[in-house]
Amino acid sequence: MNQIAEATVNTHVHRDDVGAKIGMWLFLFTELILFGGMFLAYAVYRFTYRDFFALASKELDVFVGLINTLVLLTSSLTMAMSITALRKGDKKLSLFFLSTTIFFAFLFLVNKYFEWSAKFEHGLFPGSNELLSLPRGEIIYFGLYYVMTGLHALHVIIGIVILVFMFVFVLKDKVNQDYYIMLENSGLYWHLVDIIWIFLFPLFYLIH
Amino acid sequence: MEQKNAHNHIVGYGTYIFVWLSLVALTALTVTAASFDLGNFSIVVALAIASIKGLLVLLVFMHLKFDDRIFRIFVFVAFLTLTIFLILTFADYSFIR
Amino acid sequence: MSATTLSHGGNGSNGNHLDYLHSPKKYKGIFNWIFSTDHKKIGILYLISMLTFFSVGVIFGFLMRLELIAPGKTIMDPQTYNQIFTLHGVIMIFLFIIPGLPAVFGNFFLPIMIGAKDVAFPRLNLLSWWLFVIGGFVALISLFLPGGPADTGWTFYIPYSVRTTTNVIPALMAAFILGFSSILTGLNFITTIHRLRAPGMSWFKMPLFVWSLYATGWVQILATPVVGITLLLVAIERLFGVGIFDPALGGDPILYQHLFWIYSHPAVYIMILPAMGVISEIIPVFSRRTIFGYKFIAFSSMAIALFGSLVWAHHMFTVGMSGTAMWLFSLLTFLVAIPSAIKVFNWVATLYKGSIELEPPMLFALAFIFNFTIGGFTGLMQGALALNIHIHDTYFIVGHFHYVMFGGTGFGIFAALHHWFPKMFGRMYNKKVAKIAWLFLFIGFQLLYFPMFVMGYLGMPRRYYDYLPQFHPYNFISTVGSWILITGLIIMFTNLIVALRKGEKASANPWGGVTLEWTIPSPPTHENFEHIPVIEKEPYDYSHYELGEEVKN
Repeated sequence: MNQIAEATVNTHVHRDDVGAKIGMWLFLFTELILFGGMFLAYAVYRFTYRDFFALASKELDVFVGLINTLVLLTSSLTMAMSITALRKGDKKLSLFFLSTTIFFAFLFLVNKYFEWSAKFEHGLFPGSNELLSLPRGEIIYFGLYYVMTGLHALHVIIGIVILVFMFVFVLKDKVNQDYYIMLENSGLYWHLVDIIWIFLFPLFYLIH
Repeated sequence: MEQKNAHNHIVGYGTYIFVWLSLVALTALTVTAASFDLGNFSIVVALAIASIKGLLVLLVFMHLKFDDRIFRIFVFVAFLTLTIFLILTFADYSFIR
Repeated sequence: MSATTLSHGGNGSNGNHLDYLHSPKKYKGIFNWIFSTDHKKIGILYLISMLTFFSVGVIFGFLMRLELIAPGKTIMDPQTYNQIFTLHGVIMIFLFIIPGLPAVFGNFFLPIMIGAKDVAFPRLNLLSWWLFVIGGFVALISLFLPGGPADTGWTFYIPYSVRTTTNVIPALMAAFILGFSSILTGLNFITTIHRLRAPGMSWFKMPLFVWSLYATGWVQILATPVVGITLLLVAIERLFGVGIFDPALGGDPILYQHLFWIYSHPAVYIMILPAMGVISEIIPVFSRRTIFGYKFIAFSSMAIALFGSLVWAHHMFTVGMSGTAMWLFSLLTFLVAIPSAIKVFNWVATLYKGSIELEPPMLFALAFIFNFTIGGFTGLMQGALALNIHIHDTYFIVGHFHYVMFGGTGFGIFAALHHWFPKMFGRMYNKKVAKIAWLFLFIGFQLLYFPMFVMGYLGMPRRYYDYLPQFHPYNFISTVGSWILITGLIIMFTNLIVALRKGEKASANPWGGVTLEWTIPSPPTHENFEHIPVIEKEPYDYSHYELGEEVKN
């Protein structure tokens, strides 16, 4: 390694794409552990309340969960492809894939809205009499359900904001074929949101 | 730290589509598996499939396969940390009489 | 280590307009500071805000000891007492001891020690400080809200934390915000160390303070989010009645404790590792010898970070965990003492046959070793299951953690302050007064905290507003100790504040150190180095001293 050159690159130029990537991964670890804490709580409670969890999960609609899973997986695909497109110099295609990703993200939220509304209509929301009259194991199941999918949805919303910014940056060439680390890092964030849902789906919807 | 050719590697659309198809297939698999009564084993199957899906996203979509090794080490450390938290907590819960 | 290309000004102070305190301003007045992304200015900002919060924490401690000078009510009622010890803990832990060394001295000196011009993410660094200040305000705002501050203890145990009508949410929010500040600092430092080391500075040529910041950074990143989510969940439970931890809703209070301590135990290693790093910097300078066992100390920092993350349930030995968990965590607790002990051995071995100079930084460093040894031993005692049953939740624990956190990290902060003051501000303080302050601090500290081991062993519970008459003599001594300690604090800080204006101008290297910070002017210039140095020597290379040459100037 040319150490003098490295010093020049690292200290005299303000740009360090590898460093930016490291920073982003470190941030992702904090998100991973944040959700990880809740997965830990889930694991303990599922172990404690096994049958009640199975019972309560019947309230969830597997089909809606499946659709949402496919939506997010596809949004990850379009996210990744938008980066490839930009790196290959195809700005228009990149913008197309980016906007598709944002569209899928919105779709996810719309689904979630209908999902939660249906439950609220059945009286199954935090603090409701319906919920509190259930066995304790089911109360905990729904507590975890709302907090975990709620926090996840919050991260989807944040993701949309980030991606909209990226769309504008790509449009204005601030992010381009030679300087795309911001788009890559946004992609990393988005994929993590997808990974979290990959685990949420079977754990909440597919208990039998 | 080296700034090698890792950054020059552009993953093709085809690769991404192939991974996506695998993810969709695995999703179908996990939904199907859930319809069978595998008792205690069903959570293992569900988590195994989810882990494979997660790994595909990490390695290809998130570029870990093509980046410098240090990134894979970092990610491994993070997941190992979570795993250790889980195992040690269950040292309590699994053995309560 | 010395650079082969020295920047100019290696021979004297730099009180002209080129130093970072007087560099060309982007903004006017105070905005020059609070919008600055210069790591040195941010370090100073942290120092000022941190010491402000520390003073509030000290006042609360003073009031607590005043209440406990005699049995029965002295100056406050029980409810107030509970609120004061809660805030005392929250302030001291989240606003002083956790950020203390990394945020002040890590920010100021990490880039300089590795030969860089700043950290990897300067704007994120400024954000860290802003979050720190905001978090501090949110914590203190509870003093002025109806209901007053939380009375749960800084541990916010379930179910009381979801039942009490005091202001728990501000405390939880403050901890969350401060956790985020801590995470960003760790993220910044890890990236900086990976990416911005000067040419020739391999990992094993880095100063040990840098190693300690690296290990600490990982703990900050991997452990803090756990308490972030846990406290968030408690807040959500309080606000929306969602069933998570509340046993009335099916929750498990022990699960809360597991999640809480999964962070809060590693947090104590966030506190102690940088302090150990500071001691590893100071001891070689004032022994005029290279550190004994550099690689062992470097690896032990990583080992402490790793093993320290595996012992959290030793805070829970009396709650009814499984026997398996209890012996497992007890065993791991004993194991984590090994790397810490390695450090103590190596420091003492460095002192042996060294040319000791008892300057103020050295005095604080030696006090650290003494205090940390007592704190560490008593920690081991607590790790023994049979003994733990008797001393858990007694004053023994209070004595233990004050010895490591205050006697250890606190004295480490004072040591760093006295060691790097001349470099940061270009002035030297009155050494004689500093030594007098040290004496008051040391004696006051022992009188204040040592009796707690006895009280605790004899059965006095902690977090108790009142106590049985047989504990009176020990409490009395302890309170008097607090007055002596506070006198020491006043002398020490007055001495340093006066030195800012009236101190003699300091040279670049008043102590004769050989790490990079001593090769640049006091105070440093805006960009630290005129030319990025190329590193060839080992850190702590005192071979020139053995040849009869001195670089002190």
